[in-house]
Amino acid sequence: MTPRQLSISVIVMLAIAIAMGVLVWRTRKTNSAIQTAQTNSAPVAPPVSGPTEQVTLYAADDDSGVLRPIAARVPLASDRQQRGEQTLQALVKFYSDKSSHHVLAEGSEIRAFYLVEPGLAVIDLNGAFANGHRSGVLVESLTIASLAKTLSANLPDITQIEFLVDGKPRETLAGHADLSGVYDVSSLNQLADQLQNGQ
Amino acid sequence: MPSNSAAGRWLSILVLVLASVLLVSGAPDDRQLSVFSNLANYSVSVEMRNGADYIGLLETLEPLGGVSAKINGHHWKLRFNTVEAEFTDGKKRAKIQGSDFDLPSNFFLENARGIVPVASLPSLLPRLLGGPVAFHDAGRRLFIGDAAVHFTAQIFKSNPPALILNFTAPVNPTIATEPGQLSMKFTKDGVVGPGSPTILFDSKVIPSATFQESNGTAELVISATAPLMASFSNGNRTITVAAPPVANAAPAAATPPPASPSVTPSGPLSTPPPTPAATPTEPRRYFAVIDPAHGGDDSGATLGNQLLEKDITLALARRLRAELAARHLTSILVRDGDISLSLDQRANIANTVHATVYLCIHASTQGTGVRVFSSAIPRTAADRGPFIDWDAAQASLLLSSQRTVTKLSDALEPLKIPIRTAPAPLRPLNNIRITAVAVEVASPDSNAGPESPSYQESVTKMLAAGLAAVHDELEAAK
Repeated sequence: MTPRQLSISVIVMLAIAIAMGVLVWRTRKTNSAIQTAQTNSAPVAPPVSGPTEQVTLYAADDDSGVLRPIAARVPLASDRQQRGEQTLQALVKFYSDKSSHHVLAEGSEIRAFYLVEPGLAVIDLNGAFANGHRSGVLVESLTIASLAKTLSANLPDITQIEFLVDGKPRETLAGHADLSGVYDVSSLNQLADQLQNGQ
Repeated sequence: MPSNSAAGRWLSILVLVLASVLLVSGAPDDRQLSVFSNLANYSVSVEMRNGADYIGLLETLEPLGGVSAKINGHHWKLRFNTVEAEFTDGKKRAKIQGSDFDLPSNFFLENARGIVPVASLPSLLPRLLGGPVAFHDAGRRLFIGDAAVHFTAQIFKSNPPALILNFTAPVNPTIATEPGQLSMKFTKDGVVGPGSPTILFDSKVIPSATFQESNGTAELVISATAPLMASFSNGNRTITVAAPPVANAAPAAATPPPASPSVTPSGPLSTPPPTPAATPTEPRRYFAVIDPAHGGDDSGATLGNQLLEKDITLALARRLRAELAARHLTSILVRDGDISLSLDQRANIANTVHATVYLCIHASTQGTGVRVFSSAIPRTAADRGPFIDWDAAQASLLLSSQRTVTKLSDALEPLKIPIRTAPAPLRPLNNIRITAVAVEVASPDSNAGPESPSYQESVTKMLAAGLAAVHDELEAAK
């Protein structure tokens, strides 16, 4: 017959073992989460849901050849660079809608967006955006003005904009609109304002 | 002594005969192939084997990158940068990066030197270099990548008339004159010719020029009815060919305004015949510089199935020139054929012609109507003293350009088609130092395109009317 004291000891030891197991399991889970967060250096995708903010997109209308301000609610991060990229992505997404009056090529995307130095924004378009863009003075000017005005309206302290395609400088968007240099935002806004007014 | 004298004579004859034989047999075989690339321009000797032209592959590749070769029996292993190839003596079949490649005739290994048929270069070199290659077979000239130098030739009906040659890169030809012609030999420059070997000019003094290639060299022969001289300017990108001016030139009142080439000669290269001291002539004035956008390699937009923007813009430009001439307004086309011109070259031409207004023509099938643009100058001008900011050269003339846009827009109103005016981020408008506008001619309606002759006639007529309307104001401001 098992002595009473021995039974109590076994039960206590079992309880301790179970408690230790639970503790180890929880600690491992926490460490795994921390490690994943530390090793994942890929850019954080824009939030597809969550709190949204109102932004103004300046959308081109090919039929009338003008820019039109459109209010949209977009999930935005707090970081300025991410906000800029998310706003431009929202504009490109707007153009991808079938009802858009300024059709961009399939697969057109904002490849990257950088705030390089105070005031200078770099918009890096992907190859599909530029290579598939329709060719023409007005249609290309509308795209450039639309991107620049949308960006500057939502990040007002930007003073200069440079365009890249696939991370590299490019002469023109699709044979006409000049992408070779750095634009003053005031110059592009003047262009956008005149396109907005339909002059 | 007679015997000695006879022996000496025979000896002399023998020496002369031997020398002649040696000269003929020892004359260097100067058959060569010229290679033009962005890294180096050079020539390689061409040899004949079994009736075909051959070339040493190692010496052809050496200036273009790291190259080495190893011999293994009858096999010749070549490594160019990271590409490996293997050739076999007396065989057509080779291997490049493990894949079979057939030469048009056998490979030869001679004294540890691998030679390949010249005819194989257009297909062989792209595999080794990893880029496009153009081979001008008849002239034995090989162009790697975008090394070709293009040029435009335009006659300026000045007194004396001048032929302006604009090159896309600096050139340094050997110039020679003889009665009735001036020739330029391009041995170190990858100059390529226009579509047709003969270019005809509307000039009695310089009626034509012929471009030919042979033995690795290109030659441009300019025919003339008067002695010609050539001078370089614009960093050797422009060559002006003209008869030397004479002192007793016709008085200005007797002829249209006397003129000199738009590009100021910097000094004669060839030796002109002696002439009396020249009287400075006043440059010829053109009212408008018309720039048919695109051309040559740059087709512009594709309009419809077969139409290219570059062809429509040229047709419109020629029509506009005729319409302006009908209004007694002089104009000049930046290009009057299917040639490639960079945007900087277009701006240089416009800025050196001393015209009053620059009008660039584009065409589109996006939407309908006509759009008239002034420049959206990319940034505030950063002029420094006498040096003008190239990207904002148009800044001080923008108001004049915008007024001209309005005038042209007003003139187009009777067409009853959509007319749109706007600034545009469009080069070379921002680089132009005179009043500058651009016109984009889109379809008149959904049933017709900008290629319609009647539509083109209507548009150019109205544009000419608009330019005529602004003529006095622009001339006064100038």
